Amino acid sequence: MVWAGCALVLLIIPLAPTSGFALSLSSQMAIAAVFALSYNMLLGQTGLLSFGHAVFMGIGGFVAIHVLRSVNAGEWQLPLILLPLIGALGGACFGLVFGWFATRRSSTAFAMITLGFGELVYASAFIFVDLYGGEQGITADRTLAPKILGLEFASQLQVYYLIMSWAFIAAVLIFIIGRTPLGRVALATRDNAERVAFIGYNPNRVRFLMFVLSTFFAGMAGSLFAIDYEIVTYGSLGLSASAQVLMMAFIGGSSTFVGPIVGAILITGLQVLLGQYTDLWILYLGVLFAIVIRFAPDGLAGLIAKECASWRLNHIRGRSVLIGLRTIAAVIAAIGFVTLLELASRAKTASVGGAVLRVWGTHVDVMSPWPWLFAGICFLMGLISLRFVHLAAARRMSVADVNGEPK
Amino acid sequence: MLHRSRCWSVVVWLFMAAVHPAVAQDTIRIAFVDPLSGPIAILGTRALKHFQFLADRINSMGGIDGKKLQIDAFDNEGSPERSLILLKQIIDSNIRYITQGGSTPVAYALSDAVTKHNRRNPDKSVLFLGWGNTDPGLTNEKCTFWHFRFDAEINMRTKALTDYMASLPKIKKVYLLNPDYSSGIQVERIATEMLRAKRPDVEIVGSERIPLGKIQDFTPYVAKIQASGADSVITMNYGPDMILFAKAAKQGNLNATLYTFFGGYPGIPAAVGESGKGLIFLSEWHSNLGIPEFEQLSKDYEKRYGEDFFHWKIALTLYMLSKAMTEAKSVDPLKVAYALEGLRYETPVGEAWMRKEDHQIIEPLFISVLTDGQKFDIDHTGLGLKTLRKVTARDAEVATTCKMERPAH
Amino acid sequence: MVRLLIEPVLNGIVYGLLLFMLSSGVTLIFSMMGVVNFAHASFYMLGAYFAYQISSAVGFWPALVLAPICAGILGAALERWGLRGVRQHGHVAEMLFTFSFVLIIQEAVQLIWGRVAVPYAIPEELSFSISAGVGINYPVYRLFMVGISVGMFAALLLLITKTRIGIIVQASLTHPEMVGFLGHNVPKVFTFVFGFGCGLAGLAGVIGGNMFSTDPGMAHALGAIAFVVVVVGGLGSLGGALIASLLIGLLQNVSISVDGSLADLFRLANIQVGTTGPIAELMHLSLNRVAPLLPYLLMVVILAVRPRGLLGRRI
Repeated sequence: MVWAGCALVLLIIPLAPTSGFALSLSSQMAIAAVFALSYNMLLGQTGLLSFGHAVFMGIGGFVAIHVLRSVNAGEWQLPLILLPLIGALGGACFGLVFGWFATRRSSTAFAMITLGFGELVYASAFIFVDLYGGEQGITADRTLAPKILGLEFASQLQVYYLIMSWAFIAAVLIFIIGRTPLGRVALATRDNAERVAFIGYNPNRVRFLMFVLSTFFAGMAGSLFAIDYEIVTYGSLGLSASAQVLMMAFIGGSSTFVGPIVGAILITGLQVLLGQYTDLWILYLGVLFAIVIRFAPDGLAGLIAKECASWRLNHIRGRSVLIGLRTIAAVIAAIGFVTLLELASRAKTASVGGAVLRVWGTHVDVMSPWPWLFAGICFLMGLISLRFVHLAAARRMSVADVNGEPK
Repeated sequence: MLHRSRCWSVVVWLFMAAVHPAVAQDTIRIAFVDPLSGPIAILGTRALKHFQFLADRINSMGGIDGKKLQIDAFDNEGSPERSLILLKQIIDSNIRYITQGGSTPVAYALSDAVTKHNRRNPDKSVLFLGWGNTDPGLTNEKCTFWHFRFDAEINMRTKALTDYMASLPKIKKVYLLNPDYSSGIQVERIATEMLRAKRPDVEIVGSERIPLGKIQDFTPYVAKIQASGADSVITMNYGPDMILFAKAAKQGNLNATLYTFFGGYPGIPAAVGESGKGLIFLSEWHSNLGIPEFEQLSKDYEKRYGEDFFHWKIALTLYMLSKAMTEAKSVDPLKVAYALEGLRYETPVGEAWMRKEDHQIIEPLFISVLTDGQKFDIDHTGLGLKTLRKVTARDAEVATTCKMERPAH
Repeated sequence: MVRLLIEPVLNGIVYGLLLFMLSSGVTLIFSMMGVVNFAHASFYMLGAYFAYQISSAVGFWPALVLAPICAGILGAALERWGLRGVRQHGHVAEMLFTFSFVLIIQEAVQLIWGRVAVPYAIPEELSFSISAGVGINYPVYRLFMVGISVGMFAALLLLITKTRIGIIVQASLTHPEMVGFLGHNVPKVFTFVFGFGCGLAGLAGVIGGNMFSTDPGMAHALGAIAFVVVVVGGLGSLGGALIASLLIGLLQNVSISVDGSLADLFRLANIQVGTTGPIAELMHLSLNRVAPLLPYLLMVVILAVRPRGLLGRRI
């Protein structure tokens, strides 16, 4: 039922006001979501931390685009609709080879081997110019493929539906895999691999299978990318792409199924939104990441899941007051923090670039002390309020503890 | 649970719908797509300042046929994928001109995407003005009608440099040190060919490709160059690679003269300090050409931004675009493109023209040396550029393999 | 021939010792706390920038002392108010937390000092060369660098084995609870170790920043290599880090001087290798072109074959 609702929402998005932009943004988010979901099969479901996952998405993308080029040249006949499968298989083949010896190691060694391997592939992209296209990348034309039902895929609308359909299928499949015995044992392997061995399953086998499946979907995300942009460059293989999917999965929440989707939507949206208004958005992203790890390691989806659970147990009043206060305090602190940084950034070039900063919809003069004071007070007040609310909550919890009440 | 996150996404999208830059009627909007954040942000921010400065200048002199020029900045973070996403946004916002120059992969991605878009949507065509990419492929095998390049490409630069070197009898042994990617390999190949053709007596004593941006310690390379007995080194290393190489050359007491493509770029003399003295630089402009118009430009720019004016090519982009639009009496990209190709422009240092076959600008080039005692210095280091040789546009011209398809007029 | 090899070998040792200074901190932190500090190279960068700032004000020699201390204090603060709270969530969370600081420090540096390289230069007193025989003039600053790193290694060894704090630290390595029961403030020990490790990275930055370039990209450039060193040498082994650093330093510097490829090797044995296809491309690559790849290749091989590294403990 929930799935049907989502499908409905995805169908009506093209009717949104700024259709063109909404379509391309949604496609971007969908690709990111598939990638993040595939990554979470490793992180959240099997407990494998990988720093090189972008390699498999990139390989999938390169395989897809090379195949598309062959289709453009008339060498092969393959309708565009089936291309994501090809990319997925490409990613999985690579994952098969790499995963076979990588998943036998402990999780720390696995993390490092993925890092080293990722850097290796990225660095070698310049050397194998025929495969990776060097600086130019590899391009293809999605409209020059055998047509099915008269669909040419020249318009963004058709591409949107293609990408959304495959993304939806991928999400459903990943969800189902999580529910199979393999998925369940993978969760167990994440928690206690030794015990899993004693139950009778081979933890390395489990890791290996999940790894291959994860690279299958990563490859699929890569080929969707290739279809959307009609170009794949070596940048898709790099560490920053791997780091980004890591953040998406983690900030969204690696312990729930939706977490990575939420993270993908959030981070993609932030990139698009924040990037327009400030040059410091990477800094804000890093700070957000640090805060999430420190205070909400289950991610945003995990946080919401917890709150929903306690909501269901009917302890709304006290908790929601605290949550509300916390949110307000955090927002005030955030406003202060961001304003201070933006002021500082502008102040550096104020002597020549103009001392007026456009922030929160108003213009402020960077050279006068008032904005600084205001921002500083905001920031401190926010932090102090947070601490205050935190202490109040702790006191309330201990009181409840003593009285034997539910929290 | 799932439903909730989907609701979020709808909210986010609707929010996105509200974010759209305002459109004024009588303005010509140019979308500037380059890195404004991230590790190579300096490229984009510097170029953007030039664009805004020159656009304001053009507007203060009446604009283009009375219409105002507006530069809309888009941060692509140096990524081709991001640039393509921005392209969709730009097309949606009804902006018909896009300019970019900070990165070769981005240029290829944009050029390809613009061509495909224009073919599929001829009534919403977009013109791509490349202000700063030097990779030859953009006006050779990957040339397209909808792309114009306002920067002398690498083959032109290599020819000018090797012509100059060939005219110096003191040069006998040349070493080539270039980054290991398309442009670097191209320089290595073309320079070798051209030197052999013009001065068969000159010996190429070694050629090396270094991995781009990965080497911290250039001493082994300096040692190799020293051991080869070279008296000259040709290098198109840029950014940190150029800085590290120049520093290592000084530390290693390298006897050879460095002939560079990027040695005089802002930031390099400051980081390299005294090690930079004697460095040879090939460019389309420098601050000591002794022309009052240029000097006024430099002074005004420095007054406004506190930095050195540098990208004359951006001025050329906007001035020639302005002339083309005035001649075409239109701002429609197709008409302007036809007016722009073949356009001749009289610059203060000589004639330049936009070659029709491949949309490559043919302009004068200068070979200069970084030394002290010049009227204008770079980055307040006391070191400035002094012209050694001027190369006219005619002499700088290099053939092209471009065969472009032209849309119906 | 010999002369051609002396300089790369010397440079390899110098570079290797710089890597050691950087990676020793990571090893130390991992031994104590089981955390891989991804932000380590960022402290290297901070050390260089602090040194630039301080030396602009009071000169190089005070900067040599003060900049690492500043980096160390910052590291300790990070541990005390950040990492300590994350420890309860597991090793993965700790690693990711340090990773977030890579981004934050990177952007903060750009905010404060700008995006272009800063002119942090070698001090006048040390910027000359001395004759090393065989017609080679070697920069004194590099010898100074060797001196500092060797001195640092010796001091570190003495600190860990001969002083009281060192013994407490060693004990906390394997039996943190017991050390706690004995009355020592174990979290404080952890904070100290983390700060000390970051200080070591800062020291490497002070030295390396003016020898090479001090710009916002320097953390990324050196960080990955330092990581490789730690893995190859073995997480948790200082001796292994030293050997691996020297190995990789030599590998990088010597391989750059080599112009041959695998195909050339085969030609020596009179086997002709084809010229088309990706395998042939691989064969014809001359060693100096793949030089930057070699450390990563080495790392992947070691992890596949002997995951605990050369001298590491079993992981």
